[in-house]
Amino acid sequence: MLLNVSNLNCMRADKLILSNVSLSVDNGDCLILRGPNGSGKTTLLRYLAGLSGGRYNNNIAFSGHLDGVKSTLTVRENLEFWAGIYGFDQVNNVMDQLLLTSLQDRAAGDMSAGQKRRLGLARMLLTGASVWLMDEPTVSLDTATSEVIAKAIKAHCENGGAAIISTHIDLDIPRARILTITDFTAKPTDHKNLFLEGVF
Amino acid sequence: MKSLILRDLKLAFRSGGGFALTLAFFLIVVMFVPFGVGANLELLSRIAPGILWIGALLSCLLSLDRIFQLDWEDGTLEALATSPIPLSGIATAKACAHWITTGLPITIAAIPLGYLLNLPTDAYTWLIASLALGTPALSFIGAFGAAITVGIKRGGLLLSLLVLPLYIPTLMLGAQVVATGTQNPAQLLALVAAISLLSIALIPPACAIALRANLR
Amino acid sequence: MSLWEYANPAKFMALSGRILPTLTIGAAVLLFGGLIWGFFGTPADYKQGSTVKIIFLHVPTALMAINAWIMMLVASLIWLVRRHHVSALAAKAAAPIGMTMTLIALATGAIWGKPMWGTYWAWDPRLTSFMILLVFYFGYLALWEAIEDKDTAADLTSILCIVGSVFALLSRYAVNFWSQGLHQGASLSLDKEQHVDNAFYFPLLVCIGGMVLLFITLVLVRTRTEIRARRLGALRAREV
Repeated sequence: MLLNVSNLNCMRADKLILSNVSLSVDNGDCLILRGPNGSGKTTLLRYLAGLSGGRYNNNIAFSGHLDGVKSTLTVRENLEFWAGIYGFDQVNNVMDQLLLTSLQDRAAGDMSAGQKRRLGLARMLLTGASVWLMDEPTVSLDTATSEVIAKAIKAHCENGGAAIISTHIDLDIPRARILTITDFTAKPTDHKNLFLEGVF
Repeated sequence: MKSLILRDLKLAFRSGGGFALTLAFFLIVVMFVPFGVGANLELLSRIAPGILWIGALLSCLLSLDRIFQLDWEDGTLEALATSPIPLSGIATAKACAHWITTGLPITIAAIPLGYLLNLPTDAYTWLIASLALGTPALSFIGAFGAAITVGIKRGGLLLSLLVLPLYIPTLMLGAQVVATGTQNPAQLLALVAAISLLSIALIPPACAIALRANLR
Repeated sequence: MSLWEYANPAKFMALSGRILPTLTIGAAVLLFGGLIWGFFGTPADYKQGSTVKIIFLHVPTALMAINAWIMMLVASLIWLVRRHHVSALAAKAAAPIGMTMTLIALATGAIWGKPMWGTYWAWDPRLTSFMILLVFYFGYLALWEAIEDKDTAADLTSILCIVGSVFALLSRYAVNFWSQGLHQGASLSLDKEQHVDNAFYFPLLVCIGGMVLLFITLVLVRTRTEIRARRLGALRAREV
């Protein structure tokens, strides 16, 4: 059991949007979050990552809408920085896996969106974390890059890791389970807004 | 944490020449004083301690918003926040990097600039001492302001409004140290150092609270 | 039956609604009574004439200016530790009142200063400290206005208040060193003590009491308004 939550309520800007969320991932699991925009997928992922409430968990790596890449540093410099932080000196392997080796001395700012996203994913690999939380990892990417990313996620799960990914696209990952976020949408009556207590 | 300091230094030098901009601003501010009040050497000599300190302070202020904003904008701050380094450690590292690129160069540059303002000869030691001990406070307090305003677009003016009042004790005591020159300002110098130490201890956890609130 | 019950907005509204009328009357009685007593019921000081009587406005507002900030500090700590929204809103409510008190204190000080020492302003420790306090209030209020998300704004302003309090305290002492050094002899002895003899003492106490009650009344009224504003927001959110 790598990650397990139950009866979780997620708030966004003073409003309850998800209530009684329950999910769990085990080694090799890939959980796909589906739901319309604004349904709370990002909020849930950020909570699990420890960003919006929640707590730091050293077994979790998070990748959000932005790439987390410094544009004035080269690919190698970006990755060596993260390797130094996490103590996981696998920079060459990671670059190989994501086809970044030929780009290693290019400044990240001179790369295409797909290349930058691969660099962001390389960071995930360097964290050594088991659980990957990814928020729309393939949005606005071409098919080739999406495939590279999907392959990396698949490899991660096959190596005993787990992933929780919010995406609209079918990433073609076998054994992927789907979690429909709208199952947990909070009804207006669910939320006992503190300020409305005793008013009616 | 050390790798974060080194990374920030590398970034600072790659874009904007590190401390060059800060020093250029320091020079300009100091130049403006004789432009504004006249070149009466005796007058300049008397107000030099204050002017140098105010110039140092304003020059520090300029680069404060870069401390967290750049990382905020490209998502690196989030990535750092989910890394093993605690937020207070991140704040400390960035404040240190800021000091190395502003406070430290300012302390050194103050010497020739002091000459421009006809600073009395025996005040130079105290100038360097007070700036060396006081500019860390400026960087750390500034980092606090930067952490609070990181999510605000064009938050520079608000950042100044929040940070400048916090600079007042350091400014008052620092300038005093230089002005009272040979009359044993050791006690005041100790106070300046104490404020810096207090900032180094107190500010990083405060930054962590501010960053956590903004990252939500 | 602990004080923490009133962290609940509904209970707070109920209690404050009940005590507000009495508080308002009490504040009005004490304040007006004290001011009238002070201005008209005390003899003119042989040294300063009647202008010294501005002390009945100056001292209470100056005291409240500082106490308001202290109250904000406590409320901010309670918010950060126990997440009671009412506390955060109370701090937000108190700030403009504290700022106004500071302004009145500075203004009445200036009005007093002109006939007394021939100047509206002097850079002496006490006046300077109040000017610094004013600027701290500006920063705090500006921050509330700049942040959209309510809880984030509460967090940021609270930590600003706490850090600000530390540095405001440091300023208080730094100002003493500063005025001794660079401004030898710029001391206008504004010691309130030397102007307070018995005839002034009691009306002054009454005025201080009145100002305290006024402050509490205004904070309660403004906090209630803030709570109502949040209720409105919550109702609007429900409709979406």
